[in-house]
Amino acid sequence: MTAVNVNHLYKSYSGKAAVEDLTFSVNSGELLGLIGPNGAGKSTTIKILLDFMKPDSGEVRIYGESMNETLKNKIGYLPEERGLYKRLTAIDQILYFSSLKCMNHSTAVKKADQLLRQTGMLESKQKKIKDMSKGMGQIIQFIVTIIHDPQLIILDEPFSGLDPVNTEMMKKFIAQLRDEGKSVILSTHQMNQVEELCDRVLMINHGREVLYGDLLEIKNNFKEHSVLIDVAGEIGNLHGVINQKVNKGIIELDLLPETTPQSILDQLIEKEIPIHHFEIKKPSLNEIFLQLAGGNHE
Amino acid sequence: MNKTFLIFKHELTLAIKRAGYIILTLIVPVLALLAIGIAQLVTSLSKTPENNIMHIGYVDEPGLVDKAVDEDFTSFIPYASKENANQALTSNEISTYFIIPDNYLSSGTIQRYTLEKENTTSPATVALIKRFLSENLLKDKISPEVLHLVVSPLNLEVTRVTAQGEQAQEQKSFFNVIIPGIFALLLSLALMFGTITLVSSLGEEKESHLIEVLFSSVSIRQLLIGKLLALGLAGLLQVLVWLISTPLLLLLSSSLFGGLMSVIEIPGNFILLGLIYFILGYLLFAVLSIGVGAITPTAREGGQLSMFYVMLGFVPLWFSSLLFAFPNGTFSVILTLFPATAPVQNMLRLGVTDIPLWQILVSIGLLVLTISFGLYSSIKIFRVYMLIHGKRPGLKTIFQHLKSA
Repeated sequence: MTAVNVNHLYKSYSGKAAVEDLTFSVNSGELLGLIGPNGAGKSTTIKILLDFMKPDSGEVRIYGESMNETLKNKIGYLPEERGLYKRLTAIDQILYFSSLKCMNHSTAVKKADQLLRQTGMLESKQKKIKDMSKGMGQIIQFIVTIIHDPQLIILDEPFSGLDPVNTEMMKKFIAQLRDEGKSVILSTHQMNQVEELCDRVLMINHGREVLYGDLLEIKNNFKEHSVLIDVAGEIGNLHGVINQKVNKGIIELDLLPETTPQSILDQLIEKEIPIHHFEIKKPSLNEIFLQLAGGNHE
Repeated sequence: MNKTFLIFKHELTLAIKRAGYIILTLIVPVLALLAIGIAQLVTSLSKTPENNIMHIGYVDEPGLVDKAVDEDFTSFIPYASKENANQALTSNEISTYFIIPDNYLSSGTIQRYTLEKENTTSPATVALIKRFLSENLLKDKISPEVLHLVVSPLNLEVTRVTAQGEQAQEQKSFFNVIIPGIFALLLSLALMFGTITLVSSLGEEKESHLIEVLFSSVSIRQLLIGKLLALGLAGLLQVLVWLISTPLLLLLSSSLFGGLMSVIEIPGNFILLGLIYFILGYLLFAVLSIGVGAITPTAREGGQLSMFYVMLGFVPLWFSSLLFAFPNGTFSVILTLFPATAPVQNMLRLGVTDIPLWQILVSIGLLVLTISFGLYSSIKIFRVYMLIHGKRPGLKTIFQHLKSA
């Protein structure tokens, strides 16, 4: 089932296009990465999706409908900046926002305790947001976003302010939500953060689509003809290699067009060189973006 | 549960828990209590007999005064010469003295001497000396009854009659303006602090992007109406506390001001009209605050901009002397009809005069129209500007956005 359908979206500020002819969709149980550099138009797209602002033209449908009050209860939104009452305690905050999503109070109390425990925040539930670190506030914001069991979750820079441990925890939560059949839009300028999570990506720059599609297909399409190896000893001359570079003990071999990675692996085995690591090099999303955006990337 | 009600409940709790709100609510009665206490203290201290009597010296060169007639709380002490009187003055035996010169009967001039730095002689002292001279000049020439009338010729009693010529139930009195006056002042304060609370609350929510989280759950209308009602009720609760404390304070101070409570009359239509004007005034300032909260990027800038229209709420109080002098004058009528000044002006004016029905109806009508248009425009403005951070737009840009929204 299609959760989000966006057709030919256009939005400008003072005559300057912020979003230009964007078309994309998000299916149930799918995690779409909305990626691009700062100022690419990601937040504007999200604000139009959530009906915070009207597009100049184009159409947004959520579960086949235009945004309405009932639909809002099916959506969880985590904004780019923390949107919490600084003087309220974590638990009061969570319960208030859950009530605005029409959640039953006793269910909300149980769910809040469960999520606070899962995120290691149970002991801080009576703490005021102003007394919390940015990372702790971000976790509370995340709980506020998902407490009402939304079908569509929109996360704008969810890893901002999180330490590596909490970033990993958040990633696991997001993956779990996707596995539970929720639709997730994950917007970020840190493209490496979404590579391991997203099923599909929509890459935008200057409000325009740069790339849109299945992440694996994209990576395959953009894969370079080279392999990365970590071996014990000298590899000597290998047939079909046109160039080799060494970086921190990892050797990158650029191959001739007719050479396959398998033939390189076969040669190494034949030479009885112990292999610690063998990888067909695929470009990161960041590299793909730089390749596509080229000089247009600011 | 209705989302507007949830916002109302939440905002009301936040508003009444604010330190500023609690302090303001309690400070008005506390300050009044303090003022009464100080006044009572001063009164009790000044009740000692030696402090109660004013000693005025005089030098009678033409010999007009046979025997000084002491007035209440005033004792006139004769001195043979200016030097004697001067010595008494500098040694604080008397508070002032005057000389009746030889040529007084032809010139009518007397000289007064004092240690105080005065721009002019106080009316009370002038009245005392006048009375002293009149009584001494006339005491053997006319009867005591006529002499009394010469000194105090007028005790004006005014009776207000109805259009049917019967004695009106509600008589005009200075004290009638006390309750409306107090409530006009309280309304101005409530409008000011309600406006500041609303503008700062919206500003903070905008600055912290909290508004985005709220709008992902509720509509602009639900949020703004919930806030308006909550802050309106918070304001009403505040006034209720002041209202309850006012009679208690007046009762406490009744010993100080004599039988004040017995002479205070609340105008018949004051409670109903006062309530209507309070609610309409609050709503008007609240919708203006939403507009201001929407276009200003920070709570601080919003607070500064809101001061422009908050001041309008105080205009009737600044010009209250004009209202007392000409309660039905053109200026009073303008303030009665102008929506931003109408609530406070009319609350005050009800204590001074009967406002013609057409003026009440027109002012209420204009207020309702302005609030409706203001709410409609403010919601539109809010929708356009709620997510815009940075520079405040100019009026021209706002109108352009309003037209296209």
